[in-house]
Parts: sequence; C-alpha cells; structure tokens
Amino acid sequence: MRIFETPLYPYERSPDQDAPNPACHPVVVVGAGPAGLVAAIDLARRDIPVVLLDENDRVSYGSRAICFAKRALEILDRLGCGDEITGHGVTWSRGKVFFRDRRIYGFDLLAEEGHRRPAFINLQQYRLEELLLRRLRDLQSEGRPVELRGGSQVTKVEPATDSVLLTVETPEGPYRLEAEWVVACDGAGSTVRRELGLEFAGRVFEDNFLIADVTMKADFPTERWFWFDPPFNRGQSALLHRQPEGLWRIDLQLGPGVDREEEQRPENVVPRLRQMLGDDVEFELEWISVYTFQCARIDRFRHGRVLFAGDAAHQVSPFGARGANSGLQDVDNLVWKLERVLRGRSPDSLLDSYDAERVPAADENILNSTRSTDFITPKSETSRLFRDAVLNLAETQPMARPLVNSGRLSLPHVYLDSPLQSPDVDGLPARTRPGSPAVDAPLGDGWLLARLGDRFQLLALGSCAAETGYAGVPAGIRRKAPASGSSAALGIDVADEPGLEVISLPAGRHPLLDERYLGGAPGALYLLRPDQHVAARFTDYDPERTAAALRRASAQETDDP
Amino acid sequence: MTRLRTEPNISDGDGFYQELLELHQGRAKEESDAINARLILLLANHIGDREVLREAMRAAADAGL
Repeated sequence: MRIFETPLYPYERSPDQDAPNPACHPVVVVGAGPAGLVAAIDLARRDIPVVLLDENDRVSYGSRAICFAKRALEILDRLGCGDEITGHGVTWSRGKVFFRDRRIYGFDLLAEEGHRRPAFINLQQYRLEELLLRRLRDLQSEGRPVELRGGSQVTKVEPATDSVLLTVETPEGPYRLEAEWVVACDGAGSTVRRELGLEFAGRVFEDNFLIADVTMKADFPTERWFWFDPPFNRGQSALLHRQPEGLWRIDLQLGPGVDREEEQRPENVVPRLRQMLGDDVEFELEWISVYTFQCARIDRFRHGRVLFAGDAAHQVSPFGARGANSGLQDVDNLVWKLERVLRGRSPDSLLDSYDAERVPAADENILNSTRSTDFITPKSETSRLFRDAVLNLAETQPMARPLVNSGRLSLPHVYLDSPLQSPDVDGLPARTRPGSPAVDAPLGDGWLLARLGDRFQLLALGSCAAETGYAGVPAGIRRKAPASGSSAALGIDVADEPGLEVISLPAGRHPLLDERYLGGAPGALYLLRPDQHVAARFTDYDPERTAAALRRASAQETDDP
Repeated sequence: MTRLRTEPNISDGDGFYQELLELHQGRAKEESDAINARLILLLANHIGDREVLREAMRAAADAGL
C-alpha cells in the first residue's frame, strides 16, 4: 500500500467527546497539511498545548506540492527536521526550455555559495507530510503538548467573545470544542472560511492541467524541462520535473473546457506521455489528477480569534512553487506571535501584524504566479504574439531569456512596511535590511541560522560585539512587567521576558557573514525576531534605542526613543 | 520630466523608414506581426530604462486616440 493510502493517524475517541461542556484548548489548528503540521509542531516546541484536527487520517493523496524553497527548509531547520527533510529531497539547478519541436536553451541556476540549504529541493508533499508527522510524534514522545485527531472534521465555527466554538464531526458523531485561538489551515476549500462567510476574491483561470507522477527506469538527467507548444501537446505547455525515488512529475496543460474524467483515463494519458518521453522509455503511472486553479485571497488573515494560513487564506497558481512554501512562511510568522499573546508577553494587537505582514506576502505571490500563468497560457492573440516572440528570440538572444516565465523561484517576502520594524540606518547591506529573513552564512564549521534560536535575540558584529559586552543581558533591554495575565487554560505563569541572548561575533573571521551583515561597516547590531527576520539594526549600541526596537517588534509600545 | 526623446533623432529618416518597410515586404501579416513583436522586445532591451519605456508605451497608445 502506498504511503498516501495508509491511515497514519486513525480516528480515536477523545475524552473531550464525553465532556459535559465543550473542552477548552488554547489553540486548535484545523487541517494537517504542510501548514497545519508545521503550526502544530512549532506550537508544541514552544510548549503551547495544541490540538490538530484533520478530516482524514493520512498524508496528501499524490505528490501535489513538490518544490520546497530554501526559506521553507530554513524554517524546518528551526523546527528540528530540516536535515531529514532536505536529505529526502532531490537538489537540482539545471533546466531546459523547449519551444515547439526545438530545445531553445538550457540554464543553470547556480545557487549562491555560503548557505546551509540549497535554493530548493524537490520532494513529494506526501513525503514532507510524513516526515513532519514523524517530527510531531517525536515531540509527543518527549511529552510536548500536541494532539493529532484524525477523522475529525470541523463542520461549524461560532466565534464568541473570548473564544471560538467548533463543532467537530467524527465517525462516532459530533462534539463541540472551545478554542481560545483557531488557526485555520484547512486548504483551498476551507470550511472555516466558509463558516465565517468570508469572500475568497480573485481571478479564476479556465485552463485545466493534467498532473501525473510516473516512475521511469530511464536515466533522465536531474533537470527541469519545460515545453511551450510542444508537438505532443499542441498549443499547450508541458513540464517534466524529477522527484526522489525514481519518480517524475509531469504537468500537461489541457486548455479550457475538457472532459476531466476522460482526460484522466490511462489509455488517453499513456500515448501522450509516450510521445513526450520517447518510445524506448519504460514508465509506470503512479498518480493522475486534473486540476484548475485560481489566484485569490481573503481580505484579512485575522478574523478575531481565527487566523487563516496557507491555502485557506490564499491560493496561487502552481507555477513558481508558492503554495506550500508560503503556507510554511505564514505559520512561521504566526506562531511566535500566538505564543507571546498566550503568555501575556504581548497584547493581542501583535496578531494584527500577522495580517499586516502576510497579506502583502500573499499579494506578492499572487502577482508572481499570475505573471507566470499569463506567460504560460496567453489569454489573447497579442499576448501569444509577444510570448512567442520572447521564445523565438530566446534561442539566439540572451536578452530574451530572463523574460521567459515558466514560474519564478519562490523567495521569502521582505516585511518592508511592517509596523514591527524599526527604520533602517545607512551603511549596511540591503539584503539584511529590517523586514528581511536573516541570511545564512558559514561560521567556521557551522552556520549562522543554526546559531540563531527562536526567541528575540541580538546579533552583535564587529565593533558592536565589544560594545554590548558579549553574552548576557545588555543593560536597558529588560522589559517592563507584563500588562496582563496569561491564558488561564494554558496554566502558565506570567513570566518576565527572558533576557535577550546576544550572539557576538568579531569582524574579519567569517568573510561571508561580514559581507552579508556589515558590508563595509566596522560594526552592526541586529535585533532578530523569533522567526529569524530582522526587526531592527544599528551601527552602534544604544541600550534605550535597542529596547525601543524590541518593544516595537513585540507590539508592546510604539514610543520612539 | 519626460525622458523619452521625442525630437527627431534618426539620421536619414527616409532611409530608415524604407528599411522598415522592406523588412516587411512580401510577408504575410502573421509573420510581420511576429517580427514587429520581436523588434519591440529587442529595442526595449536596448533602451532598458523603465521610465523611458513606460513613456513610449503611453505615447504610442495616446497617438492613436
């Protein structure tokens, strides 16, 4: 039996089903796809009790999302499963582009040196989910407070003043749950979204795509091949991409108004694939599906105590691998904020910044994937004229190649206009400006990102390293007593903000660290958020200014120094 | 401030115009359209300046009104 047909977390009766009143949980995550699993893992690691509800009991059916970008892998590193997941993936950098019956050019993405993780890996979504499940089980066996309930479908969502009431349907009938916070990761057809009556506005694309996973014996190179208007799929496009375990992803554009059932029949798929792969290639079909997509999002990702993440919040075209990757970045952004609010360390307005930061990120993804879609599937005669002009030129003119758009690499969004960031200072490199995710760099035998934790911390470099006096709590950075108590259901004492950890590194020892964080400056002090994004940076150390940046980054105060 | 050069800038304008027509001489409309599209892309890349390109696009659209 294939992994995605195997029940991995079958329904079991929960004591909550026999409780006289709905049991109350600090956080309920709805949906155990990549975003939901990562949310539950991150919450559990932070010792925030979490219940993860999923309507079925197994990983994603078929490969679905197959491309995971560097930022997603770095998030998985932070969660303690980056090595295992990256190790299962296929790393690639080369590709070829075909137009009609010709190969027009090949490319090599030549990833930048000095990063622990590659620009991206290919890995079946079901394998990612399986490995995330394993991580979740490990956390459970360490005694972390996470519960996964399979066969548990949320059917009703009723927001109350300080909580949300959920009705959960199970094989043994429905029960009710109370959640202080709900994280809705229940996918493009989100029940939670429908229950709240939220409009999912955007652009629907008419084209159908046939997606097939095939196992091949052939020794195809580990490259991404993209065809525009190929002989075996006239007027449409096709994609061939390698996955681990001898598996290949094939995407065939079918156009609008096709008979989906008919197109999925092996007797119709196989001849097409044979034409694509050549007569002498032996292959077997593992999975076939026909899909359409839309580029859409809900207006706000926070609706009171319900927070939407991943496809439930936004949907993009598959070109450019922005679905699962952005879902992981959503929860990376959300979970530390939820933790602070639940522990009473920040007011719940901190969660408004989730919306302020991730909505523009979704818009950026929608823009990029819409552009790719418009290139791949021209919507007018003129649009096709220019598309074909680009492709014809690309064969001999390098100037046209950057215009060929069969999906752009998914890069993390920079939270430039976030209310949590402090204004930038002059003289430091642009790529590590406030709002950026921390850029990795080799530190002798280790990596910068591996040194960073998942709390607020200071990275003191060069001359600033000496000024802050190395490890320990710099004067002036302890925050004031918390304003409100913690969540009662959490049973956690109100704790003072732990002192900021300071990572001090001298200049001149790690050239790429200096290049990425100092530029030519003698010293720099970076305030990093728990999601390893830069909140503020300075070229000298001023305790009051640093403390103000920390207060702003945690939504505690907005006063300027 | 406009950056698109709109004063005459081509030496021997008549000669250029003749070459442009000759490029399309005897070609089907479809072929001509494809050549024009490629020509636009080549010239746009040569100019490079996004503001100039934006002004040129606007000027081209407005002139037909």
